[in-house]
Amino acid sequence: MPDIRIENLRKAYGDVAVIEDLNLCMADGEFTVLVGPSGCGKSTTLRMIAGLESCTGGAILIGGRDVTRLEPRERDLAMVFQDYALYPHMNVAKNMSFALRLARYPKAEIDRRVREVAETLDLTAYLARKPAELSGGQRQRVAMGRALVRDAGTFLFDEPLSNLDAKLRGHMRAELALMSRRIRKNMIYVTHDQVEAMTLGDRIVVMRHGKIMQAGPPAELYRKPANRFVAGFIGSPTMNFLKGELVEEDGRLRVDGAGFSIPLPAERAARLQGSARRAVEVGIRPSGFTPADGPDALQLPVILAEYLGTQSIVMSEMGGARVTIELMGSEPIATGGTRMFRIEDKDVHLFDIETEQAL
Amino acid sequence: MSVATANRLTPYLFLAPALVILLGALVYPIIYVIYASFLDWNPSQRIGEASFVGLRNYAKLLSDAAFLESLRVTLAFAAIVVSVEMVLGVGLALLLDRNMKGLTVLRTVFILPMMIAPIVVGLMWRYMYHPTIGIFNRTLNSLGLEPVPWLSDSSWAFAAVIIADVWQWTPFIFILSLAALQSLPKSALEAARIDGARGWQAILYIKLPLMLPVLIVTMLLRLIDAFKVLEVILVMTNGGPGLSTEILSLRINRTASEFRALGEAAAMSNILLLVLMALTLAMFLYTKASEARSRRLAAAQEPAT
Ligand SMILES: Nc1ncnc2c1ncn2[C@@H]1O[C@H](COP(=O)(O)OP(=O)(O)O)[C@@H](O)[C@H]1O
Ligand SMILES: [Mg+2]
Repeated sequence: MPDIRIENLRKAYGDVAVIEDLNLCMADGEFTVLVGPSGCGKSTTLRMIAGLESCTGGAILIGGRDVTRLEPRERDLAMVFQDYALYPHMNVAKNMSFALRLARYPKAEIDRRVREVAETLDLTAYLARKPAELSGGQRQRVAMGRALVRDAGTFLFDEPLSNLDAKLRGHMRAELALMSRRIRKNMIYVTHDQVEAMTLGDRIVVMRHGKIMQAGPPAELYRKPANRFVAGFIGSPTMNFLKGELVEEDGRLRVDGAGFSIPLPAERAARLQGSARRAVEVGIRPSGFTPADGPDALQLPVILAEYLGTQSIVMSEMGGARVTIELMGSEPIATGGTRMFRIEDKDVHLFDIETEQAL
Repeated sequence: MSVATANRLTPYLFLAPALVILLGALVYPIIYVIYASFLDWNPSQRIGEASFVGLRNYAKLLSDAAFLESLRVTLAFAAIVVSVEMVLGVGLALLLDRNMKGLTVLRTVFILPMMIAPIVVGLMWRYMYHPTIGIFNRTLNSLGLEPVPWLSDSSWAFAAVIIADVWQWTPFIFILSLAALQSLPKSALEAARIDGARGWQAILYIKLPLMLPVLIVTMLLRLIDAFKVLEVILVMTNGGPGLSTEILSLRINRTASEFRALGEAAAMSNILLLVLMALTLAMFLYTKASEARSRRLAAAQEPAT
């Protein structure tokens, strides 16, 4: 199982640059998720790795071998497509065994592998059916099976779950996580859904406009977003963003905004040295609001409360701006009235107004 | 008559004129030809004066060596041109199914022959096949080779009319195949590339099987047309030399105008009509069957999840 390196990868359609100078390293056996809004170039990147799309510049190395100009079949990879891309004229068994038959595996070996994979994917009863005779979920599993049978070094997935309904998607996501743990291959998974990214990825690569905004383990992206975009993209419900200002008083730094004032701890202040009187964007996750009493607690209105069972999502207002607050607890929260909250300084993310970089 | 009945009849009322025209233009001539095939009728007689001979015209045809030869020529011609055109047309489509600069122009050029009137095509080829001033023999001559008796030798003449037909009708198969190719599911072809298929393997195992329904209908359409071919051969060889290129429609024409045997000509027309109807029926049944199949498949995928 090889590691994959992408160096200065570029892709342009005519004059339009879609991918600009992409650098990425994927360790052996790692589950990498490319995530980003629609049109940010995830599929294009994946398809260049697959060899389905030519590279305008840069290089792709799999296990140290430069595959930039090689045909897909020379790259030892399997792929699951968003629309499954099954062969409509072949039955499930034939679909799954196509690659093996092309590679002239012995018939007994082909049968064994197909049966084995069909077993794990619950497809045994459907081996003789054509794709048109299957439901969406079954087709999805056939697409997975076709990739698994190959036993390739690298697995590529382009939004494989996005055509399923929500319930099935959740189920398949879990199956996929289990499967990836079991087979431990290189996996590169493209999705626009940050929940999928968070739950599946060993490492998440957040992309925007053909550039990598941040790459790292899920927890790192959640706790230390490198910029405003990643902060807003990762995490559900979305982070609240408020206008604020860094103020230094009596040698202590704090961030002030309409309706709040949060003191910053000394070590953070040291990093922000000389930034006083500077306008910043303040990011607070919905989970960053903790119920509290006391004189310096914030009193916030409950405009709307969505009860979800183990938590409630409260829509509130802070200095004229809408904020979302996540409250744990199985007690429903009444709409109307106010509640008291405290914001811990560790839950406060600061971003430069201009560069959007984290401060 | 109630208003409801009147309402129900309205659509048929609107359709009635079309139906009358259809009956007059289509059904009447067919019945006329069927009736005529039972007569011993020459062009100087009115149809009423012709004597009824029952199936004698048909019986005579079955033992008429010239007719049987003509039938054989027609079958050979249709089989050869359609095979060659299928191979060339599909081959060209596979070759040109890509996004390259200049291909749009090339594709347009390729389909030009199909748009030329058959008479013109016949004349054009006759000049090109001309024994002394035709481009083929002039070229052969300038290369120091023997001239070829394009239209005056029976084997060459048969080849010559086949070449002309292939030239004119390969584009038909080409554009239909190209359209079929371009409507193939792109991602399935990409999946095949990932699965390790080389170009020819993708063609053999994915593209051709998926194109098959279109190819079958295209082939049947071309067969029907090849059985009816007339003008090009009429202009090029008029059936000769001997009977070597006398396809059925020419034979029918000759039987009626030269041998003045309208009844026999009508019988021949009916035999040709039967062949064409069999082909049309085959096509109709095939389309019906594949429609039924896709409906069944669509129905099968509804319930389970
Ligand atoms: N064949 C193409 N020609 C021109 N532009 C393209 C082509 N394919 C993709 N693009 C553009 O490239 C960008 C990235 O596309 P894609 O990688 O499919 O995005 P996504 O992240 O949604 O998968 C989009 O803006 C899209 O419009
Ligand atoms: Mg995409």
